[in-house]
Amino acid sequence: MTIKFSEEKLNAVKELIARYPEGKQKSALLPLLHMAQDEFGGWLDVPVMDYVAELLSIEPIEVYEVATFYSMFNMKPVGKYMFEVCQTGPCMVNGSDDIIDYIKNKLGITVGQTTPDGMFTLKTVECLGACGYAPMMQLGKTYREHLTKEKIDRIIDECRKNASVNN
Amino acid sequence: MAIKLLLENAHIEGIRSYDVYRKHGGYRSVEKAFKMTPDEIVEEVKKSGLRGRGGAGFPTGLKWSFLAKPEGVPRHLVCNADESEPGTFKDRYLMEFLPHLLIEGLIVSSFALNSNHTYIYIRGEYAWIVDILDQAIAEAKNNGWLGKNILGTGFDCEIYVHRGAGAYICGEETALIESLEGKRGNPRIKPPFPAVQGVWMRPTVVNNVETLAAVVPIINNGGEAYSKIGIGKSTGTKLLSACGNINKPGIYEIDMTCSVEEFIYSDEYCGGIAKGKKLKACIPGGSSVPILPANLLLKTAKGETRIMSYESLADGGFATGSMMGSGGFEVLDEDQCVVRHTMSLARFYNHESCGQCSPCREGTGWMYKILKNLEYGKGKMSDIDLLWDIQRKIEGNTICPLGDAAAWPVAAAIRHFRDEFEWHVLNPDESQKRNYGLAHYADPIHVPAAVG
Repeated sequence: MTIKFSEEKLNAVKELIARYPEGKQKSALLPLLHMAQDEFGGWLDVPVMDYVAELLSIEPIEVYEVATFYSMFNMKPVGKYMFEVCQTGPCMVNGSDDIIDYIKNKLGITVGQTTPDGMFTLKTVECLGACGYAPMMQLGKTYREHLTKEKIDRIIDECRKNASVNN
Repeated sequence: MAIKLLLENAHIEGIRSYDVYRKHGGYRSVEKAFKMTPDEIVEEVKKSGLRGRGGAGFPTGLKWSFLAKPEGVPRHLVCNADESEPGTFKDRYLMEFLPHLLIEGLIVSSFALNSNHTYIYIRGEYAWIVDILDQAIAEAKNNGWLGKNILGTGFDCEIYVHRGAGAYICGEETALIESLEGKRGNPRIKPPFPAVQGVWMRPTVVNNVETLAAVVPIINNGGEAYSKIGIGKSTGTKLLSACGNINKPGIYEIDMTCSVEEFIYSDEYCGGIAKGKKLKACIPGGSSVPILPANLLLKTAKGETRIMSYESLADGGFATGSMMGSGGFEVLDEDQCVVRHTMSLARFYNHESCGQCSPCREGTGWMYKILKNLEYGKGKMSDIDLLWDIQRKIEGNTICPLGDAAAWPVAAAIRHFRDEFEWHVLNPDESQKRNYGLAHYADPIHVPAAVG
């Protein structure tokens, strides 16, 4: 994979950098890492981080230390669909443990693993701010709330269907 | 009938769009504010008695008045939308359904503080809300409320949404500032305070979403009118995010005079405990504040009705009270295990500790490990005292309040539910099969007769 943003994305990078004072372009680091992760396979490989460093004229180490600090940046490859299931108090009292177990059994993986076909990754996360709609998980850019076993089945089917349409 | 200042129009169809929002009185506060001087706006906010709605409850007008104004140095307003305190999801609701209310509050506040570049730091997981806010900002700009020389006042203002990437600690204002600068979210040592040296070492005010939205009704109706709502130093209205084992989880706006009992059991609010169960415990203000058993929640230790105000929730200090905090109201029913719940919170704080201060970095992991042992029937009686000792040594010994936030839930759980912990130690097998249950936690408390 060539690690380079399209012209359109590079314009977006310029626009992002211009939001911060001159000489403070490093402030655009988190937004750029999000862009890079979305663009280059869903995780941040070292060459990707080096590319972001180059775009911001900062040292690669400044990118590594930041990327490893924030839980949304993936430091290794993940599945096409990542189930990030909340396990904190309010979700726990509404049955998140059962949901996590159900997904484990259904997909045949444990927390942190990816299915052999590279389709699904299961991750447990801490409070995502959906406590009133528990149990919940993040899937891509959106939240799936009021989870039940039936709902998990439907979400898995939906992902498989979307994947086959997109291929 | 409850007073609604923020959510009054939340259910109007299309209120998310500029046209509908404007038609229902939106952006009036900006028109009014532009006829005032910035100092007059700060005065109005001071008069209102508004307290920071993120959790600390610091008076907003006072915070604004601390902002340094060195010649030739730009100042910034930063909106803290990094809502991550377990149990709290009110800012999400405001931004998702009333984005223009926040933008309106931000424009007035930016004018008051002379911030020409204002940032909304939003937690990374709220990705779809970034689009909603960007859309609202674009609409506001197209209609002349943002940009250069707004409404001919000579005031310039741009608002940018800055997305975080998953770190609870970035809700702490100096960590948020570091993160906004593109660094790890490690809190700074204070002083200097952000009001003097904040983002890019410029004077900065960081305010929560709800706080900034509340500026709109304060300017519209006047600070004095706002201060007359509520009770004591709990002025205006507060958004509560109710969750846990209740019939009607969701976001409620209250005027801080209703009783805790009414809030939990009335159909207007939580609608009672789910599945007809009994109330065992509650964390009234987000996971960091002390958990209270049912009997201390509904009444204070003095036997008075506890109401949903800053003062009443804190009545009795940490010995018998709790805190309003962020308004994340989590209810636990009789089937919930306090040991397990505390373990879950300990894991949360361990995961979210930035690692800068050793008492927090090491202490949170240690507490989680011990709580895991206790929960899974491998605990010793001495572990309970050890936990107490560890939390005490974290509290007050860290750069930022995350250490305290990690210590308090453990301390309160042991303080009020010690026998449940002991039961786990004494019944390692049974505790794996069933929960301790309601026990005596809802029994009327013994109120000692007044002395003298």
